[in-house]
Amino acid sequence: MTVTAPAAPAAPPLAGAGPSRRARKPSPFPYALLAPALAILLVLVGWPLVNLVITSFQHFGREQAFGQPPTWAGVENYTTLLADGEFYAVLLRSFAFMVAAVATTMVLGTLLALLMMRLAKGWRTLVSVGLLLAWAIPALTSVMVWGWMFDTQYGVVNHVLTQLTGESWRGHSWLIHPLSFFLVLGLIVVWMGVPFIAFTMYAGLTQVPGEVLEAAQLDGAGARKRFFLIQVPYIRQIVIVLTVLSVIWDLRIFAQVYALQGIGGLYEKTSTLGVWIYQVGTASGDYGMSAAAAVVMVVIMLAVSFGYVRQTLKEED
Amino acid sequence: MTVVTTSPAPAPVPVPGPVAAVRRRKVTPRRRATEVLLAALAVVVFVCSVFPVYWMLQSSFLPTNKIRATEPTFFPGADFTLRNYETVILNHDRAQFLPAMQNSLVVTFLTLVIAVVVAFLASVALGRYRFRGRRSFLVAVLIVQMIPGEAMLLTYFRMVDGWHLLNTIAGLTVLYVAAVLPFTIWTLRGFVAAVPAELEEAAMIDGCSRSRAFWKVTFPLLAPGLVSTGVFAFIQAWNEFVLALVIMSRPESMTLPVWLRTFQQATKATDYGALMAGSILVSIPVIVFFLIVQGRMTGGLVAGAVKG
Repeated sequence: MTVTAPAAPAAPPLAGAGPSRRARKPSPFPYALLAPALAILLVLVGWPLVNLVITSFQHFGREQAFGQPPTWAGVENYTTLLADGEFYAVLLRSFAFMVAAVATTMVLGTLLALLMMRLAKGWRTLVSVGLLLAWAIPALTSVMVWGWMFDTQYGVVNHVLTQLTGESWRGHSWLIHPLSFFLVLGLIVVWMGVPFIAFTMYAGLTQVPGEVLEAAQLDGAGARKRFFLIQVPYIRQIVIVLTVLSVIWDLRIFAQVYALQGIGGLYEKTSTLGVWIYQVGTASGDYGMSAAAAVVMVVIMLAVSFGYVRQTLKEED
Repeated sequence: MTVVTTSPAPAPVPVPGPVAAVRRRKVTPRRRATEVLLAALAVVVFVCSVFPVYWMLQSSFLPTNKIRATEPTFFPGADFTLRNYETVILNHDRAQFLPAMQNSLVVTFLTLVIAVVVAFLASVALGRYRFRGRRSFLVAVLIVQMIPGEAMLLTYFRMVDGWHLLNTIAGLTVLYVAAVLPFTIWTLRGFVAAVPAELEEAAMIDGCSRSRAFWKVTFPLLAPGLVSTGVFAFIQAWNEFVLALVIMSRPESMTLPVWLRTFQQATKATDYGALMAGSILVSIPVIVFFLIVQGRMTGGLVAGAVKG
């Protein structure tokens, strides 16, 4: 975003380069401003990352954690990992959950944005307030509430289902079966994720010029046609960015899975990628293997976000 | 949020020929039906989004015999009690609420201050100067945001352990600063870039020194940016749970989210009334701050500054 015209007035002879974007001599000033941030990122992101990669090529177990020098393992951790059926099961689970969650969140969010477009102001405020509240609740506490609502004994969901179906749902455990565990997890993730999508889509939709929509309407385009042929192309960029961000968030998901497992899920059957990596490291004490899986996850995340990063940088300059 | 002036009207039937009067009579009931339907949908959406929050609040005011009852209590009534809050704040036997809150407050506050100051310096460099390596730094900031910290928990644990900072405020704060910094830099940089350099230049032509021009002209315009960035850092640090779980394992060094999890124990039935009361207490600051940024983010303070 270059705001200033290139011909900025010649900077007064002060220390530093002045606002002129073509200072003849490179000034050390911006580097000084940048130094603290750079130092923090190098020490606290760069170094652990290097460490992680090194560990992934080592035999690093319990003894090493207590001071034994680790031994070089070559690519052994990786070959073991890639030959491990469980790793693929976890990957598949994470991706399947991500796809379902992203699709649901995006569709629901878009529908809500369209609903907000159609609503009169008062009703729209009502919807906004509700969405804002759901959005503001911390992830951990929302897991706690949903866990309570789906409680086996006294949960309100089982009670309502009993009332509705006539059969007794009391004592039905939602979290013990992997499939319904992911259903509950999905509900939590979607409930928390929809507001952001809805608000952003709504903001995008309000930018679509009304005249264009009116013209299309006069030409006989129905609501559906207007949506897919006019509104969607206008906000294409927003849709893409939102989808990529949702993909990233839902793949990284950790706290919700971990906390929900604490309430009553089976670790082996419900761990997603991040949680599994953590458990391989802590439960079995195999840091080397855990690190290799972590490196794979980092690579996956970077690959997923590559397009997003490029797009953002393109907008930058 | 921008308000739509021309909301697309419900599709009229494109009848060729007949006069408007006929059409109006035909459409009115349909339009009324659509409006009722839309309003009903709005109510459904509202109830679905709010119910879990309502349920958290409602359960937190119920005595244990109403929590563990075959019939859930849907509305507040005569059995309203503050017992759960008392239990949570005063005599929670496993880990204490007040020390946990103190830990949370200190870590969050330190994270916020350090992150905002460091990010502010960096964003001035990025938004006001062109220099070699600027683009690489921006790329790095973006990429760092995409690295899943969740995958590196054990690495962080070993690193902090190596510095002998496990179970200390410093250990956790350092990790939090690193976690929120990329986002903070990115957001603030946007705010700095949005303040036109012309404003500063004008002040300098009027005789201000460069630093004076910056502090008197640009900095006040950045205030909303600093506030919202700070609030985001606050929310992230206050809510963070996974790193805290790994770094702060001792009961006396727990932060609030970790403390909240001690309600669930394998050996005992969860006291859901108290857990909901605890959840409310943890959520309140976040909700308050969240509502503040909501308004701030949409203010177009700088929009007319150059034109006017």
